[in-house]
Amino acid sequence: MNDSAVSTHGVDISALDREPRHLSLKDETITLKVKDLNLYYGEKQALKNINLDIPKQRVSAFIGPSGCGKSTLLRCFNRMNDLVDGVRIDGKIELDGEDMYDRHVNVAELRRRVGMVFQKPNPFPKSIYENVAYGLRIQGKRTRRELDDVVENALRGAALWDEVKDRLHDSALGLSGGQQQRLVIARSIAIEPEVLLLDEPASALDPISTLKIEELIYELKDRYTIVIVTHNMQQAARVSDYTAFMYMGELVEYGDTDTLFTNPARKQTEDYITGRYG
Amino acid sequence: MNIGQHISQQFNAELEDIRNRVMAMGGLVEQQLVDAVSALVEGDSALGERTISGDYRVNAMEVAIDEECSRVLARRQPTASDLRLIVAVIKTITDLERIGDQAERVGRMAVRLADAEINKSQFVELQHLGNHVRQMLHDALDAFARMDVEAALNVAREDIKVDKEYESIMRQLITFMMEDPRTITRVLDVMWAARALERIGDHARNICEYVIYLVKGKDVRHTSLDKMEEEVRSER
Repeated sequence: MNDSAVSTHGVDISALDREPRHLSLKDETITLKVKDLNLYYGEKQALKNINLDIPKQRVSAFIGPSGCGKSTLLRCFNRMNDLVDGVRIDGKIELDGEDMYDRHVNVAELRRRVGMVFQKPNPFPKSIYENVAYGLRIQGKRTRRELDDVVENALRGAALWDEVKDRLHDSALGLSGGQQQRLVIARSIAIEPEVLLLDEPASALDPISTLKIEELIYELKDRYTIVIVTHNMQQAARVSDYTAFMYMGELVEYGDTDTLFTNPARKQTEDYITGRYG
Repeated sequence: MNIGQHISQQFNAELEDIRNRVMAMGGLVEQQLVDAVSALVEGDSALGERTISGDYRVNAMEVAIDEECSRVLARRQPTASDLRLIVAVIKTITDLERIGDQAERVGRMAVRLADAEINKSQFVELQHLGNHVRQMLHDALDAFARMDVEAALNVAREDIKVDKEYESIMRQLITFMMEDPRTITRVLDVMWAARALERIGDHARNICEYVIYLVKGKDVRHTSLDKMEEEVRSER
């Protein structure tokens, strides 16, 4: 009976009187730091004075109505907006303390460190194996054996290995939508990025495939910093540690997901997440 | 903070319905309490019986509201103040149901004591205590309906007075028993009734804590009144 103080019915109860755990940005290591960021598409200002810290090895979600700037902000994190005509950016984004918009930055290298997955799965019209090995091949200098290992690990990491291990050399286009999306994630993690940007990664998928992607996100955050844009608020609530609510180009509220979804600070946030007229 | 203004009119209607049902349940429980106390004080055993048999309605309402809340949780996945409303309702109706049980208990004592030879002066204090907790319950429900945290705080303060009142009744009843041990059986029944009323004060206070949670998002259970006041006054 001595251990009755910490165990009952075989369940350890020693931790039950702890204060509820709340994440706080103060305790985090910051991977991406956004400072006074403004972005213009021509005359139109799409992001207004954004300041935001993305913590390392956590999942941060951006939510907000269409056109609020959440995808635009996400695309800033690997300089995808550079490819859009008429975009002007001022302010700063630091990746591990270095300004990623500095003109000495190698953008290809930046995009290796910051991977991205889009709404619609976009596998290459190649075999499953070649899709995952692609990034490594263009980096060169890998032996067949090394590639095999990396492909297997990436597919395991993306929770796809068991489903495709017997048909690695079949076309990736024969996979289901959910499998294709996990393949694209495997392709992203094969080159070991630090940050994974997910732009509506599950919005084209059925509920079960969506849950698999969400489960995968949960597993991946042990190794990667993940930023996800989603229209699905319940999804943000399920998968993220921190949530940012954006509205008309502004960051309205950013904080730990538990607080944001139970007791948001701003009325705009409350109206949006409860489905009220703004 | 308000229930309406959802894009989904149906969701507005569901939340409105839940809140109205809580108010109806609260009104019923309050009536049960009033009846039980007057049955006791006036020695009206028929009224006492009615409060006993009436408790099933309170129980049925609790079950129905709980079910409605589960349905909304499953179908709407409420967030923020909507979520807190559902959580507060689920907790509030548990306390209301318990208040109903305590009222039933007072009703039972009323039936047992109706024909007993007993010093009716004991009931003056009990009537006062009964009125006091009834007012607390009424104000707690009012605070809930209006989402008024200041009012909730005032009710919580009253609970301290109720506890004092209860203690003084206990002391008085102990004196009666010491003076005349033949009264012990009956006085014990009176004590049970007083105890039940005191518990109702605690439940009313609990409801006020849920109101503060609902409006402020702060959990003030198991904290001091000072702490509660601090949370009520804080901006966030």
